[in-house]
Amino acid sequence: MPLPWALRGLRDGVVTTDWPRRDDAYQAEFPAVVQVDHSAGTRPQRVRLLETGLDHLCPSGALLATDDDIRLDRGRCIGCGRCVDAAPDVFSWAHSASTAELTRGRLVVPRLVEDEETLARIRAQLAARVGRLGRSVHIRHVDAGSDGSEEWEVQALLNPVYDVHRLGIFFTASPKHADILLVTGVGTPGMSAPLLRTREAMPEPVVVIAAGTDAISGGLFASGYSTRDGVGSFLEIDVWVPGSPPSPFSLLHGILLALGRIPAQTKGRR
Amino acid sequence: MTMITTGRRTDVGQWRSVVADALADGARLAGLYATQASPGPDVVAILVGPDSAETIGCRSEIGADGAAHVPSLVPVAPAAFWYERAVHDLSGVVADGHPRLDPLLLPLPAGAPRPLPGGEQASTGWEHPEPAGPVDVTGQVFSLSWGPVRSGVSESIEFLLETPGEDIPHLNIRPHFKHRGIAKQFEGRDVADGVLVAERVEGIATVAHALAYSHAIELLGGVEVPQGARLLRVVHAELERIANHLDVTMKLADAAGLSVATARFGAHKEAVLRRVSRRTGSRFARGLVLPGGVRPGPELPDHTMLAALDRLHASIRSDIAGLESSPSFLDRLRTTGVLSAGRAARFAALGPIGRASGVDDDARRARPTDGYADLPPVEPPHFDAGDALARARVRWHEIDTSVGLIREAVAQLAGASGPWAVRVPQTHGTGIGWAEGPHGEVLYVVHAKANRIRRCFARSPALHNLVLLHDVIRTDIFTDLPFIEASFGLSYAGVAM
Repeated sequence: MPLPWALRGLRDGVVTTDWPRRDDAYQAEFPAVVQVDHSAGTRPQRVRLLETGLDHLCPSGALLATDDDIRLDRGRCIGCGRCVDAAPDVFSWAHSASTAELTRGRLVVPRLVEDEETLARIRAQLAARVGRLGRSVHIRHVDAGSDGSEEWEVQALLNPVYDVHRLGIFFTASPKHADILLVTGVGTPGMSAPLLRTREAMPEPVVVIAAGTDAISGGLFASGYSTRDGVGSFLEIDVWVPGSPPSPFSLLHGILLALGRIPAQTKGRR
Repeated sequence: MTMITTGRRTDVGQWRSVVADALADGARLAGLYATQASPGPDVVAILVGPDSAETIGCRSEIGADGAAHVPSLVPVAPAAFWYERAVHDLSGVVADGHPRLDPLLLPLPAGAPRPLPGGEQASTGWEHPEPAGPVDVTGQVFSLSWGPVRSGVSESIEFLLETPGEDIPHLNIRPHFKHRGIAKQFEGRDVADGVLVAERVEGIATVAHALAYSHAIELLGGVEVPQGARLLRVVHAELERIANHLDVTMKLADAAGLSVATARFGAHKEAVLRRVSRRTGSRFARGLVLPGGVRPGPELPDHTMLAALDRLHASIRSDIAGLESSPSFLDRLRTTGVLSAGRAARFAALGPIGRASGVDDDARRARPTDGYADLPPVEPPHFDAGDALARARVRWHEIDTSVGLIREAVAQLAGASGPWAVRVPQTHGTGIGWAEGPHGEVLYVVHAKANRIRRCFARSPALHNLVLLHDVIRTDIFTDLPFIEASFGLSYAGVAM
């Protein structure tokens, strides 16, 4: 007679992460996004790359030549790592899954103008809106043209390793019970009406999260006949989570960022 | 084993009989696509036999109505049913004799401009015309629209159920909501960049799609992939299979309301994805496979990984034994969603769905690529009841054989130091590539010209198999649907394209 399920549940002890209360090695070391080294030492390499052109380094148009230097739009980056392979002294993986941002512009790194005042204002406005949501929120997920991997990562939030129920976060079938709209996918013409209907059915206040590079900009599929350069083109977005697909920790970071629940400092590992 | 891959062309008048002859010789219809030509598009059938893969194409002819026409293949190959609808949506080709040429991938009104894959013209936008409302009562039957936004976290698709209340005598599948225009996304790209699109056709089968695409390019370039890369490809293809089968098991347990089992299989799947991400930097092994080889990633699989995999496998097996002795689980799957052996055979059903109904054409055994040729052949499963339980048991059997393959491949990999990839010379022409993905055979036909993709037909197993949902639902009731859907385990991104 095999072990009953109730006892099986106790077999492996606690497998749940303590993040964000404490550090988590997997979250801290996850190669979630690419960074650009703008130090003076790499200036010659950057100039050389600008001269030879950035297109061959990036298949999704995430590298931009602005103000005579290289910037990287994480909202368009699909994480293929081609730039890291070609110019490792300039581009490297940033090891942390805390990658969500409150404005589209902040996904472009290094940031053009660190307008802390604007960011503080946006944060305060969002905080005033979400303050009424309390400590328990319900999420409605809508796939607006994903490749399917995003759904796996969203669903992973419910497995015992992430277990978002511990943070008062739940998924709901009815948009009428939902506080957060979590959108994945490129924003196909076919899904825009169902998505907008879902948004309209949600009671205010509502937080909208664009989850993944596809949802942010269309990613590799931007500007096709059946893509709309991301869901931001027809829906107001509050939080942008880059990644192709974003890892569960990045999604969780985005949700907590929306709720103003990212602790200033996490404690060390237990 | 040497595989024969050829391309044939016939006159449109003879096309159907040539295809019928190939079918009579033991081949199966594995796909159908159109590519723009003048005056009408070329329509190409892909026929896969036990040790051959060939394309049979014809030039469509322009009818009196101004539309391009070909004879429908449905009378000789029922699997053409969805393909011809897709070809009509994308290229405007009318299959004469098709039983119901309704839109599938793109609900365009008659006469609207089509995307025309393989054509030079810039693709046009489309607006969704918002089809008719959900509830429609005729006599004793009402139709219920379920989707495209459904409960839980799922991909968007709409099932139109026609039901008198509990039975489901008919089901309509409407996947077009998330149509992304994949075919046109390939075109014009460098063949080296095409693999990035392939990885995203069905994100949960990233490796399988990248492999099938790369095999087509490698065939065109006439290159041999280095031994280490061939083995590493096997390791990650099999890890992907295990993750997918755990996902299906988790969803079946969830449908049965077994919360501990759902949690356990969710955690097992997470463990596999983490193993993949530690070694490739991506939880889906994105960027690992490239035409000509692999990019090996930060860490090679070694004996420590094998030890961890063995522990995980023991844990998975124990939990599967738990499911096998949970009557509340088994009773919901047994005799649910039966796909008859005859229907599966006529339709040439792919992957675990086909295997569970006695149709087993596993490309790893029949047409091995990469390291599969050097590894012990995959032992076939022996469950053919055709129900949801048989499909689950086929997947559980495959988890075991996948672990065995990984163990062998890692042992052979020990000490491998590269090279991990060879350069693919300038590619020109038409190549066919395949890989046995977690949901079945993934098939690619790539037309390249001077290293640029002119046309790429990505045939996911989901596009081939999902139509069979029509057949299996008939004897079941509404509450069986979650089990049947989970037991199919298909990605709708790969259907809607």
